[in-house]
Amino acid sequence: MSENAVSFKNVTKTFGELKAINNVSLDVKKGEILSLLGENGSGKTTLMNMLSGIYFPDAGHIFINGKEEVIRSPKDAFDLGIGMVHQHFKLIDVLTTTENIVLGLKGKLNLKEAEKKIMSIAEKYGFDIDPNKKVYDMSVSEKQTVEIVKVLFRGADILILDEPTAVLTPQETEKLFKVMRNMKKDGKSIIIITHKLNEVKEISDRVAILRKGEFIGMMITAESDEQQMTDMMVGHSVKLNIERKEPQDSKPRIEVKNLSVKDSQGVYKIKDVSFTAESGEVLGIAGISGCGQKELLEAIAGLEKIDSGDVLFTEDNGTKTSLKGKSPRAVSDLGISLSFVPEDRLGMGLVGNMSLVGNMMLRSYRKGASPFVDRKAPRKLAEKVVTDLDVMTPSVDTPVRRLSGGNVQKVLLGREIATKPKVLMTAYAVRGLDINSSYTIYDLINKEKESGTAVIFVGEDLDVLLQISDRILVLCDGEVSGIVDGRKADKNTVGLMMTKKGGENNE
Amino acid sequence: MIDLVAFIPRAIQQGIPLLFGSTGETITEKSGNLNLGIPGVMYVGGICGVIGSFNYEQACGGNLNGFLAIFIPIICSLVGSLLMGLLYCFLTVSLRANQNVTGLAMTTFGVGIGNFFGGSLIKLAGADVPSIALTKTSKFFKTALPGAASTGWFGKIFLSYGFLAYTAVIIALVTSYIFKHTRMGLHLRSVGESPATADAAGINVTKYKYFSTCLGCMIAGLGGLYYVMDYASGVWSNDTFGDRGWLAIALVIFSIWKPDWGILASFLFGGLYILYLYIPTGMDHMEVKELYKMLPYIVTMVVLVITSMRNKRENQPPESLGTNYFREER
Repeated sequence: MSENAVSFKNVTKTFGELKAINNVSLDVKKGEILSLLGENGSGKTTLMNMLSGIYFPDAGHIFINGKEEVIRSPKDAFDLGIGMVHQHFKLIDVLTTTENIVLGLKGKLNLKEAEKKIMSIAEKYGFDIDPNKKVYDMSVSEKQTVEIVKVLFRGADILILDEPTAVLTPQETEKLFKVMRNMKKDGKSIIIITHKLNEVKEISDRVAILRKGEFIGMMITAESDEQQMTDMMVGHSVKLNIERKEPQDSKPRIEVKNLSVKDSQGVYKIKDVSFTAESGEVLGIAGISGCGQKELLEAIAGLEKIDSGDVLFTEDNGTKTSLKGKSPRAVSDLGISLSFVPEDRLGMGLVGNMSLVGNMMLRSYRKGASPFVDRKAPRKLAEKVVTDLDVMTPSVDTPVRRLSGGNVQKVLLGREIATKPKVLMTAYAVRGLDINSSYTIYDLINKEKESGTAVIFVGEDLDVLLQISDRILVLCDGEVSGIVDGRKADKNTVGLMMTKKGGENNE
Repeated sequence: MIDLVAFIPRAIQQGIPLLFGSTGETITEKSGNLNLGIPGVMYVGGICGVIGSFNYEQACGGNLNGFLAIFIPIICSLVGSLLMGLLYCFLTVSLRANQNVTGLAMTTFGVGIGNFFGGSLIKLAGADVPSIALTKTSKFFKTALPGAASTGWFGKIFLSYGFLAYTAVIIALVTSYIFKHTRMGLHLRSVGESPATADAAGINVTKYKYFSTCLGCMIAGLGGLYYVMDYASGVWSNDTFGDRGWLAIALVIFSIWKPDWGILASFLFGGLYILYLYIPTGMDHMEVKELYKMLPYIVTMVVLVITSMRNKRENQPPESLGTNYFREER
């Protein structure tokens, strides 16, 4: 028996013109946790999709446990003991945990027995799982648990986790890592795709690095540091520090007073929130996803109806205007810009099927007196954004939908910054971005701050929030748990505050 | 007061074609295919049965064998509606054409085919009225259960229908059981909810879509056959089938994608459909009758509003309903 659970030998996969994976050879040992590291579009997910049967390689060989295998479908992969947990969960909302787990299996349907087996797996590795809960009632981390148990239920020995921590709180991540270590002890091989270097250091035994579809190298985690990994991944040296300058000449720009927002069912999404965002500073907003960040930004931007409370905007000359009841257009005319990157990246802010130029026009079409739109200025702006922010695109006439995630975000932020806003609100600006693009975005945000803009930055990664924000507002379930100084706070305190309403019991 | 013993059997007979149609459409929709071609499929199912039995009656000149008289029309009807189902699947699943447009085209197409062959047969039969009567075949289809006449109101309400009516109820119950308690049902539901998920779980999405849509069409086609052979006593004339196909699609929504609820719902719809005949309005107020005819549609709209207001995830349409699945689309 070979000691390699998986071996790729000279594997190549092309999509049209693009070589997504070029001649990659790579081994995964039995009973190890291997991190797969690479920038966006470096082919990590594509490579793993070939292992899990979603794509079929154009050339090359895949060996499982030392034997060459042909994996044509997800079913073939299951049969070989390979299970993949995708970044976007593949679960059916209206079914229960158990029903989702047995989906696709053969034989007579016996939910009781399946339930027993699920509970024994949960016990063995330390999962928290309720077999009769419907998926639509679950939190993100519960859904992820179901996905992992599903894979184990099928007897997988090789697990692939595609960015599993992107959506988890630090505490949930800890729990996941504990489970992963238990699985490793049990002799299972785990491949984890991630962008977060500290997690790579914490959990993995070895790191494999891909760049632009090519295998760059393998490192023993314990013998390498984050700087080396990044340099290999990007191909040149990258500075890993976010330059945070002291806020200059701060003045209150936006004052939120006792703001409450209800959703259509009358449930409070934001309750009694008060804070001040000052010019020339970055106000970070931390919180578990879906606990009011989106509603808060939308309420300020005029997209969400304010139930009670007020939002005051201070202009340069000191006059205060209430934003309550103003239309989104009136709010954005005041110089308040919202760049919200939703989970699917497009959606709010950009139109996928329109070109870069067209998307620039979304901001400028109202300008000018003639009934015809001006196409020249937006084209210039698009070209400027492309060169300034290093957007990878065939041309400015390419539909935005065809760009990769990082480039889409650059286009969105670039456009918003070009309007020279007084307030820049951005949510999940680096969601799913690789390190290089992330740091470009952080730089942009810091430059904005230096030019005196009040930046409200909703983020997921606490490490980044702590590095970039001057102050951090922590939300829990739509209420403020506290505001901390970004320079002094530490990750655990903020993590705890995210789970405790109103900051009580927080001694 | 309405005479219930007379009214209920009429309502049920009226409801049976709808039940066939809605069970078929529910099976189809559970796989994520919104087949708006059901009215056309039911029409084709009807005319194919008519063609089969017309030829059989002509061939043996009046001495019908009971088994063949039933067997031939049913097979013809099933084959006809199966071909319609295959056409729909080929267009939407394999070629990924828009489901709504394809469905509407199939309805127009099916009605056209029905009228073309119906018209031709009427010409061949050389009758004075624009219809063909297959009364001999119909007799076999209409045979009630033993005891229907001798057990009074009980027999009238429960035993007085042809075998296809009982078949419809059994199919609906079996379908409902399969949805809830078997692996096949679980897989079918998951294909309709999220084909990408089902695919990743190793379920053959294309196979399920083809299978359920074709099966659904065949069941719906039997509704057309029942209408001609039993309800209309074997008399075919063009365009009398009316809007029953659309009503069957409305029934799917009304029964919130549950075939067992569909049984009672279709009887209720059958009752609402003919209620106007039983409400005395007098000759001066014919317009009131037209208002009564709207009832099934109004009820459907009310149910749509109520179910979407209650917002319970289980009562919503299958999530991927109306969209085609393409694995490599990202």
